[in-house]
Amino acid sequence: MDWQAFALSLRLATVTTAILLCIAVPLAALLVLGRGRWIAAVEALATLPMVLPPTVLGFFLLVLLGPRTAFGRGIAALIGHPLAFSFSGLVVGSVIYSLPFAVQPLVAGFSAVDGSLVDAARLLGAGPARIVSSVLVPLAGRSMLAAIVLSFLHTMGEFGVVLMLGGDIPGATRTLSIVLYNQVENFDYVAASHTAEVLLGMSVVTLALIYAGARGRYPARSRGGQSRA
Amino acid sequence: MPALGAATLREAAEDKAVLELALHARRGSFHLRVECRLAAEWTVVFGPSGAGKTTLLRLLAGLEQWHAGEQIKGCVKLGSETLTDTAHGLWVAPGKRRIAFVTQQPALFPHLTSAANVAYGLRPLDPAKRAARVNEMLKLVDATDLASRRPSDLSGGQAQRIALARALATDPRLLLLDEPFSALDGVASDALLERLKGWLKEKGVQAVLATHDVSDALVTGAEVLLLREGRLAAQGPAAEVLADERDRLLGRLGPA
Repeated sequence: MDWQAFALSLRLATVTTAILLCIAVPLAALLVLGRGRWIAAVEALATLPMVLPPTVLGFFLLVLLGPRTAFGRGIAALIGHPLAFSFSGLVVGSVIYSLPFAVQPLVAGFSAVDGSLVDAARLLGAGPARIVSSVLVPLAGRSMLAAIVLSFLHTMGEFGVVLMLGGDIPGATRTLSIVLYNQVENFDYVAASHTAEVLLGMSVVTLALIYAGARGRYPARSRGGQSRA
Repeated sequence: MPALGAATLREAAEDKAVLELALHARRGSFHLRVECRLAAEWTVVFGPSGAGKTTLLRLLAGLEQWHAGEQIKGCVKLGSETLTDTAHGLWVAPGKRRIAFVTQQPALFPHLTSAANVAYGLRPLDPAKRAARVNEMLKLVDATDLASRRPSDLSGGQAQRIALARALATDPRLLLLDEPFSALDGVASDALLERLKGWLKEKGVQAVLATHDVSDALVTGAEVLLLREGRLAAQGPAAEVLADERDRLLGRLGPA
C-alpha cells in the first residue's frame, strides 16, 4: 500500500473541495437567482467538465498551463515553477474537473428554496450576498453536504486529468488512482486489488457516514411547511 | 398620467405618500393595464381571482422586473420619489422603496425564530435599537409570547401576524397587503385590522389591500379600485363601487 499516494490523494481532495465550495456557492446562486440569456451560457460552461473526456480536459490544461502559452509562462514567472506537473497544477485541474459535481447539487438545492422567501429577503433590503448566506445556504443544507461529498470523492478517484496534467511524480502528483494503474501495468494484481479496495471502501464508508449523520441533522423537509402555498 | 393639481403639489411638499401609477404589463395572454392615483390612507384593490391584483402589488413593490417573454412598461411614483420609470430605465430595488409587502403566504424564514424574522430587515440599526423595535412590532401584532418560536410551531394566523410585524418593522411609507387576513379567523382579523389602522394612521403609512372578499373591502370603508381582467373597472368609495357586490352579498345573507 502506497501511503504517500494515499496521503496525497486525501490532500488533493480536501484542498479541491474547499476551493470548489468557495466557487460553487456563488456560481450556483448566480444560476438560480440571475436572469438573462447569458445565464444559460454560464450554466453550459459550468456543466461542460461533466461530459468532457477527462483526458481532453487534461490535455487542454497541460497545454494552457505549460510553457507553450503566454498564460502558462506568466504563471510560471509568478509562482516560480510551471503549474503543469505540480501539485498546484493538479488542484487547478481537479477544481475544473469536479466543478459540475459541486455546482449541480447546489443549483438543485437553491432552486428548491421557496421563491417567496427570496422575495421576502429582497423586500427587507437583503442584497445577493446576504440572500445567499442567510437564506439559500441554511435552507439547502442537504445539497451543501451532497456537493461536498461528491466533489471530495470525485477528486479522490480522478485519473485522466491527473495522468495528463500531473504525470507520475511521487509525493507531488502520484495519486492513488495512478498507483493502481501502475500496479496493473506491472501485473501486480494483489497490490492493485488492495489499492482498489481502499478507494472503494473510502467511498462507501464516507457516503454511509455522511448520509447517516445527515438523517439525524436534517430530519425532514417539513420545516418549511408553512411555506406551502 | 394626470397633470399635478395644486392640492397634489401641496401634499407632495409635505411628503405625504401619494401613490401614482401607470402600468402596462403583458404576460402570455394576460394584459394588465392600470393608471391611477391613490391618495386615501387605506385603499382596497378588489377583484376576482386572476384579475391581476397580485401582479399589480408585485409591480408596485418592485419584485417584477423585465423577464424574457414579458413586457412591463410604466411608472410608479410615491410622494415626490419615482420608484419605477421604464421609459428612463429607472427601477428602484425592492429593499430601497420603503414599501412593506405582506402576502397571503407569510413566507417566514423557517430556520429563524419569530424575533429573528422580525429583526431581519433591521440590520442597519444597532443591537439595542433593533431589539426595542422587534419588541414594539411584536406587541403591535399581539405576538410577544411567540418571539422565540420557529415558524413551524406557529399557526397560520400567528405566522401571518409575525409576517406583518416583520414587514412593518422596516419603517415603510407604503404597506401592501395581498389577502393577508385569509389565514386569520374573523374576530382576530377585525381586532388586528383596527389596531393596524390606528398604527398606520399614527405613522402616516399609506396602505393598499388586495382582496377578493367583499366583506374585507366593505369593512375597511376605504377607497376601492375595482379590477376586472387586468383593467381598472372603477375607482371610488367602497359603498359606491361595491354597491352591486354588497347587494349580492346581503341578498345571499337575507331571508329567501
